[in-house]
Amino acid sequence: MKMPAIDQAIVGRRAAIAEQLRRIVGREWVLDSETERRTYECDGLTAYTALPLLVVLPENTEQVRRVLQYCHEERIKVVPRGSGTSLSGGALPLEDGILLGTARMNRILEVDAPNRIARVEPGVQNVRVTEAVKHLGLCYMPDPSSQAISTIGGNVAENSGGVHCLKYGVTSNHVVGLEAVLPSGDVVHLGGDFVGGADREFDLTGTVIGSEGLLAIITEITVRLVPQPLTARILSLGFRNVEDASKCVGAIIGRGIIPAGLEFIDRKVIDAVSSMLGEVHSREVEAILLCELDGSKIEVDTLVAEVEAIAKANGLAETRISKTEEERAQIWQGRKLAFGAMGKIARDIYVTDGTIPRGKLPEILRRIESLSKTHGLDYANCFHAGDGNLHPMVLFDTAKPGDLERAEAFGADILKACVELGGVLTGEHGVGVEKRDLMKYQFSDIDLIQQQRLKCAFDPEELLNPGKMFPMPCRCVEFGRTRIGSGKTRFPEIPRF
Amino acid sequence: MTNSQAVRTSPRFRPGSLDEVMQTISEANAAGRRLEIVGGGTKHSLGGPVLADAVLDMSGLAGIDFYEPEELVIKVRAGTPVSTVRDVLAEKRQHLAFEPPAYAAFFGDASANDTIGGIVACNLAGPRRILAGAPRDAVLGVEGVNGRGESFKGGGRTVKNVTGYDMPKLMTGSFGILAALTSVTLKVLPAPPREITLLVAGLGDARAIELLADLLNVPADISAAAHLGGSRADLPTTALRLEGIQESVVARAAQLGNRLQRVSDVRTVADEESRDFWRKLRDLSSFAADPDACVWRLMLPGTQAARVVNAIGGEAVYDWGGSEVFIRMEAGKAEEHAQALRTMMSEAGGSACLFRAPAELRRCVGVFQPRPKALQELGERVRQMFDPNGILNPGKLGAAGNGEA
Repeated sequence: MKMPAIDQAIVGRRAAIAEQLRRIVGREWVLDSETERRTYECDGLTAYTALPLLVVLPENTEQVRRVLQYCHEERIKVVPRGSGTSLSGGALPLEDGILLGTARMNRILEVDAPNRIARVEPGVQNVRVTEAVKHLGLCYMPDPSSQAISTIGGNVAENSGGVHCLKYGVTSNHVVGLEAVLPSGDVVHLGGDFVGGADREFDLTGTVIGSEGLLAIITEITVRLVPQPLTARILSLGFRNVEDASKCVGAIIGRGIIPAGLEFIDRKVIDAVSSMLGEVHSREVEAILLCELDGSKIEVDTLVAEVEAIAKANGLAETRISKTEEERAQIWQGRKLAFGAMGKIARDIYVTDGTIPRGKLPEILRRIESLSKTHGLDYANCFHAGDGNLHPMVLFDTAKPGDLERAEAFGADILKACVELGGVLTGEHGVGVEKRDLMKYQFSDIDLIQQQRLKCAFDPEELLNPGKMFPMPCRCVEFGRTRIGSGKTRFPEIPRF
Repeated sequence: MTNSQAVRTSPRFRPGSLDEVMQTISEANAAGRRLEIVGGGTKHSLGGPVLADAVLDMSGLAGIDFYEPEELVIKVRAGTPVSTVRDVLAEKRQHLAFEPPAYAAFFGDASANDTIGGIVACNLAGPRRILAGAPRDAVLGVEGVNGRGESFKGGGRTVKNVTGYDMPKLMTGSFGILAALTSVTLKVLPAPPREITLLVAGLGDARAIELLADLLNVPADISAAAHLGGSRADLPTTALRLEGIQESVVARAAQLGNRLQRVSDVRTVADEESRDFWRKLRDLSSFAADPDACVWRLMLPGTQAARVVNAIGGEAVYDWGGSEVFIRMEAGKAEEHAQALRTMMSEAGGSACLFRAPAELRRCVGVFQPRPKALQELGERVRQMFDPNGILNPGKLGAAGNGEA
């Protein structure tokens, strides 16, 4: 992975820069020793590492503003980081850039039940928001599987999903306002502290969400709270082949039922999980669908019966349906353990993240099977079937020379197949460095250039998280030139990293 | 000369294909010709008066590119009438969950057709916004032509998609100052088969909004929460809607009915009568009959709404549990109260938009809530990156849309 050239002059000034930043955030909150910096060398995508120039841990918006203003004046690059759970290398450090951590900005500033919002700092872990409002009967809906660790700031930067976004939407549907600091040091407030706060004319809230730390540093987030659903029940539906399971997904949604969650697990994952939980599944089951329904009791009971009937009509081979909260938790356990269980079988797992139109499920599964043979690596499947978001797990062994490269090539081929089938490269993990060079498979040059122009409007010096998301450097100076009287812009030689 | 006359007398381009849109804009950019983008023309007078040399009429780009009910997705060209999309979806018992308002009559020309492009460009949602979101939450993909005449796309056709910046959200609500939308891909949802509306008469505004806030914290999937209040001739009405399958709607109506019974008498209307109530509220039909009155649209924390309305006066429609308020008043009053409203909104963290008013008043008062300097400048830089010469809808968003051209 080629990253932008390292500015050695900046690296050489490490001590002096640390001294200046300490004046802003306090002595102990700038980490400069190699051992301390080593902790931050990678995020959830552990194949890539880099030692940051310095780690800076501001406490509030004012400190963030002053840090950014200083970095802007000195032309120092900045990489933001929450808990570092990104699976795409979004928080991969730069050797000539500071790593700006939000760990100390971890306060829940306000819970406003009548307006159904909570205002939080970026370093608050996702799960803490729901915990803080539970006593009011409310919750924060987006629940990425990293929710115990990952922060709201990181969720906003990546526009995180989760198992319940089929019915309830992703992070951007639940964030109504943001406070952010631009690379220039200007503080802006986007959206508002109420439901509909980001609906106003030319609102940039939705633009900053999912921008992977390339546009601004988020310092405050206003999220929408919703009433905790009264009841939820889950069906575990076993099928003899993946086609039947796929067809059942389409049939449920086609009938007008939007489950709270609809997950797919293949036989390899079933076996791995069963051995951990001591569960027994019929030998003939090749795939399991987990279908969760929530709402009022009568509604849930009605829909559970309806989904079971639909599954029966689509080749159902085995059924478990939760009647109590404990049973529901037990059934979910299998899905939650999936990635860990595979880790017991394979030495390394490479998880990828494409999305396809639901109807293409059987086709993509066939293609993955065939790619597995081409690349000579095994894989397992466990994914959000309801919204077509795949997480194929490529099994490999870093100790074997060439295995990591083969796993990455296998993963890239799966993502290219997703795009060919009308889908996208990433459903929820982000582009980061991982899928950066694949962007050209999904977007034309002009699509990418228009996105980069947007970057230039926020960050004309290209100081925020450079080297991520785009396969080529921005050309802000050129974009900024106003031109009258020209025809079409041409892009003869677009430099790539 | 009225605004609609201006639209009719300017030179008009009506491209029939994407290539023609690119060519029209590219030539306009080269010539420094400013364009006003219109679909059905229903929202021509929503926003600042546009200083244009010609009209770019998008109604020629109409039609459905694909509709896949099982995938819950539809891709439509920007100039397609909203009614066409509604009808096509209804055949499969689906709908646009954000409940697009039809403001043609409200803005004075009941015969005009509002288009999908217009609804998305203005990010207008109806009462169901509180449960199902706004256009910004439903737009999965966009295609458009920027001010240089280049066609680009953003997003895609799947709900889960974080590949690149969220261009669909940037384009939604940008009022045509960044690009002319040529197509949008929308998430659609099953239309609920049944609906029941609970109506309570005679509550004061503050009490009504407090009640709505309480009930919106109850897990009952309330799909609309409104109050017809302010200074009005008839009795104020507070309304809550429940939608879904028969069993569920009946159970939830009983649950809410019990709570409401403690406050006041509850009347229940169902299905067609309920739909009719919300359609009128959504389309601001009560204000359509009085075309000369001005209407402010406030967006603010619901808990502040009654206080602001009380300070200003006028007939008010509170939607979204109080977070969106429309207030009707005479032109003189609208001008007189402008400064006070803007100040109150700024303090409340909300915004006041002069939603319907004569062009002269919109020009002198300004339509939208002024923005702080840093945000205003950021917006201007974003606009320049799409439309460097400011030829698309200049003036529509006030200063943010005034090009240097």
